[in-house]
Amino acid sequence: MVDEPGPLLRVRGLTKHFPVRGRRRCGPVRAVDGLDFEVQAGETLGLVGESGCGKSTTGRLLVRLLDPTGGSIEFAGRDLTRAGRRQLRPLRAQLQIIFQDPYASLNPRHPVGQIIATPLRVNRINPPGGTKARVRDLMELVGLNPDHDNRYPHEFSGGQCQRVGIARALATGPRLVVADEPVSALDVSIQAQVVNLLRRLHRDLGLAFVLISHDLAVVRHLCQRVAVMYLGRIVEIGDRDDIYERPQHPYTRALLSAVPQVGQLGPARWPGLTGDGTTPLDPPSGCRFRTRCPKARERCAVEEPALTRRDGGGQATACHFPDSGPLRPERVRAAA
Amino acid sequence: MSLSPVDGTVRAPIEPGGAAGGSRARRTAGRSPGQLVWLRLRADRTALVSGATLVLFLLVALAAPLIELAYGIGPQDQFQGKLDGFGLPLGHAGGVSGEHFFGLEPGLGRDVFIRLVYGLRTSLLVAVTAAVLTAVIGVVLGTLAGYLGGWLDAVVTWITDLTLALPFLVVALALTPMLTLRLHGQRDAVPPAFGVGVLIVIFAVFGWTGTARLVRGQVIALREREFVAAARASGAGPGHMLFRQLLPNLWAPILVSFSLAVPQFVTGEAALSFIGVGLTEETPSFGRMIHRSLGYLQTDPAFVFFPGVLIFALVFAVNLFGDALRDALDPKSSR
Repeated sequence: MVDEPGPLLRVRGLTKHFPVRGRRRCGPVRAVDGLDFEVQAGETLGLVGESGCGKSTTGRLLVRLLDPTGGSIEFAGRDLTRAGRRQLRPLRAQLQIIFQDPYASLNPRHPVGQIIATPLRVNRINPPGGTKARVRDLMELVGLNPDHDNRYPHEFSGGQCQRVGIARALATGPRLVVADEPVSALDVSIQAQVVNLLRRLHRDLGLAFVLISHDLAVVRHLCQRVAVMYLGRIVEIGDRDDIYERPQHPYTRALLSAVPQVGQLGPARWPGLTGDGTTPLDPPSGCRFRTRCPKARERCAVEEPALTRRDGGGQATACHFPDSGPLRPERVRAAA
Repeated sequence: MSLSPVDGTVRAPIEPGGAAGGSRARRTAGRSPGQLVWLRLRADRTALVSGATLVLFLLVALAAPLIELAYGIGPQDQFQGKLDGFGLPLGHAGGVSGEHFFGLEPGLGRDVFIRLVYGLRTSLLVAVTAAVLTAVIGVVLGTLAGYLGGWLDAVVTWITDLTLALPFLVVALALTPMLTLRLHGQRDAVPPAFGVGVLIVIFAVFGWTGTARLVRGQVIALREREFVAAARASGAGPGHMLFRQLLPNLWAPILVSFSLAVPQFVTGEAALSFIGVGLTEETPSFGRMIHRSLGYLQTDPAFVFFPGVLIFALVFAVNLFGDALRDALDPKSSR
């Protein structure tokens, strides 16, 4: 593998607007509105945020299932957004996606061996030892019985189907895998197995992951870096521990403190976000979060905060009045 | 494990041990949806009976000349000597005898059995050809419209609606004599094949809309499924998408709509021949026979009975088989 200088994936000003057709004329849905981030080789980046903040759209943009409205996606030094189908083909082999719904993402009329081999076949890749051997290896790698390669998706459980989906994503030997809510559709016990499988693959194969999830625990378990999205923008990005222990953006703090605490009785103590009327159809002026932010002031309505680093670390926040300090003082104290 | 390939082939089936477990897992594993359909069909008694009836009908239709040979009477042979002074067949039940299994036609005195055998041939030829044509047109248009969308979809949907809006019977009534006149003139004898061809074309022109709509809807539903997105993400081209990903998932609705189109066209042919725009008199056909028999409803009811029962049995069998096929093809049916 040739080492290119710079990150494996570099996203600059990525934008996706969906046109809205209807009787009343209104602007486009700004699902993704100017994303900047990088993923190093072998790194896992978590993309979190509430429903409708553009996480999944971002994932689909990264593998070019959607065409971006603006901005650029550079993968291994080459621009994906301006590549045609022919130029895209060798890159696609290195950039794969895992989907949310394990059943819907497998063609019910194909045996799983054929499903796993599809990326090899359409890219005309002939792995050493033949496609069949490669498929058996992959099935073993993801914890499936290789003898079941002629079975059909309906004969497998949800967790097994998700393993098939993972094996398919790995077939061409990618360097970056976009995992779009890979465990959200699974049982909690199965979730743990699949999460651990992803973690093992990351460790053993040196894969870079972009993990899209609304499950903060899964992201914390798997990711080295975390980006928090709100209404199509990244409001905070940084190392996992910084984000989880010392979040600076009020939205991140609200998100994290909204996670129910199993060991804690009584109502949760969280800053209480008010209102949820903001949509990507008509984002508020200035800071997009200001309509729900407990700390919003006049400046927030006028000036949009840029994603800036503050204390010299890797953590960047898009807020005029960032917080500092640990999220739950009492918990940190108890741990220390 | 084995040293030579020959040795291996001999020993492999008997050899116990490690390989046996794997081979057993393989044997129980991997029933394709197609195999499952076959198993379900075989377990369904209705499917078996209606399927067997259909096969019998098909064989009879295919072997019509052989049956003629064995029976010794052709479809155009007339037995005027076996009719009475009013043109009605002598004997009981329309002249049923060891010589004429289903009796004789009143008036012309042709043998009903051999005419029914050839009529079955005509009916199945028209219906199956028309059903194949409608399926092809419907699948091609529906897939393209659903998969490509945009203006093509709009145009196809528009043509579908237009075709559906045309009154079938009126157009068929107007078109058939016009075409016959135009291509054959006032006096020329119209060859039987021409009538069959016109019928097939009429059915194909009017019949494709249902399949096209069905397939378009299915394709649109499938297009948004994640396995299609997965194939696209791995770089598959439009050919792979259409033939490998989409079409295998469309077989079930296509087969069902095909199997339901066949009886529709059988009765359609009979109906058109009945009102006199379908086939010419010399072509044996169920519709024409029933048409002729109406004049003898009181004097010779057996002449209505045999073609009526046969067309009923044929349509019933095809419909039942179509239903059984739909049950078997539905992956969610629990039987």
